[in-house]
Amino acid sequence: MKVTVFVTPKKNVLDPQGAAVGHAMASHGFPSLKQARVGKTIEIDLEAGDTPEFRASLDKICQELLSNPVIEDYRYEISEAGA
Amino acid sequence: MKIAVLQFPGSNCDQDAFHAFADALGLPAEIVWHKTTSLGGADLVVVPGGFSFGDYLRCGAIARFSPVMEALREHAANGGRVLGICNGFQILCEAGLLPGALVRNRTLEFRCLTSNLVVEDAGPDWNPQTVGQRLRLPIAHGEGNYRIDDKGLAKLKANQQILFRYADAEGNPTPQGNPNGSVDNIAGIRNEAGNVFGMMPHPERAVERIHPSLDGLAVLRALTTPAAAGASS
Repeated sequence: MKVTVFVTPKKNVLDPQGAAVGHAMASHGFPSLKQARVGKTIEIDLEAGDTPEFRASLDKICQELLSNPVIEDYRYEISEAGA
Repeated sequence: MKIAVLQFPGSNCDQDAFHAFADALGLPAEIVWHKTTSLGGADLVVVPGGFSFGDYLRCGAIARFSPVMEALREHAANGGRVLGICNGFQILCEAGLLPGALVRNRTLEFRCLTSNLVVEDAGPDWNPQTVGQRLRLPIAHGEGNYRIDDKGLAKLKANQQILFRYADAEGNPTPQGNPNGSVDNIAGIRNEAGNVFGMMPHPERAVERIHPSLDGLAVLRALTTPAAAGASS
């Protein structure tokens, strides 16, 4: 099973990297840009089933370690099969 | 007043902090490796600057789970003093011992300069009389941009938890004097109880004549003076 965790700065938290990337995109003539945000992805391979218990442990590690709830949001995607 | 300076893989201000406390102030100090589970009866625990665990994931995110942090948490819960400098401040925020978080500097630059600071009155142990009204202390960080929500900021102000603010050359906390984009020019805070202190500037690098200033001495003295008035507040 593969889990991809996406960590992004909270909407109301200043994102200096996102602002710089957005500025560079605008400089390249990229049209209609309103905002760019920079976060990180964490790809995890593991041997487990997608159970409620597993999701609970995944939420726990996301809240305690992978993201800082003061400044970041997280979401994840779970894909079966090691594709 | 016995000092313990924590040391994580990637700490690089541990020796400076040890030198400042042991040699400049002449206090008994020791370096404590992060895998240690006892603080050896220290009165003040210093979490030094550097790049603990390479700053991977987020600054301080991995260090906060080191074994010694359990002892530090207990020390703080019992009213013991804690001082986090730079990366140490980041670690204390990640650990939830101080409110808020430190993110990338607004300029995206690593800022290395001698900052002007105005001292706020943050209680009996920390005020312009004990520390000085204006200080010049070195900063050196890429992630010193202090962030806290409006409710949290209001609480910091109401409880006098702000230690000092970045200021311009005239001593005013203006946007021009703000090196990293911190909310309200905040350079250092304390917890509500008044025993855990965190700051981005480096007082341990301003204790000798070859340093940019000697203002760190007053800061370290204020934090190592036994808390006569502070203990009851």
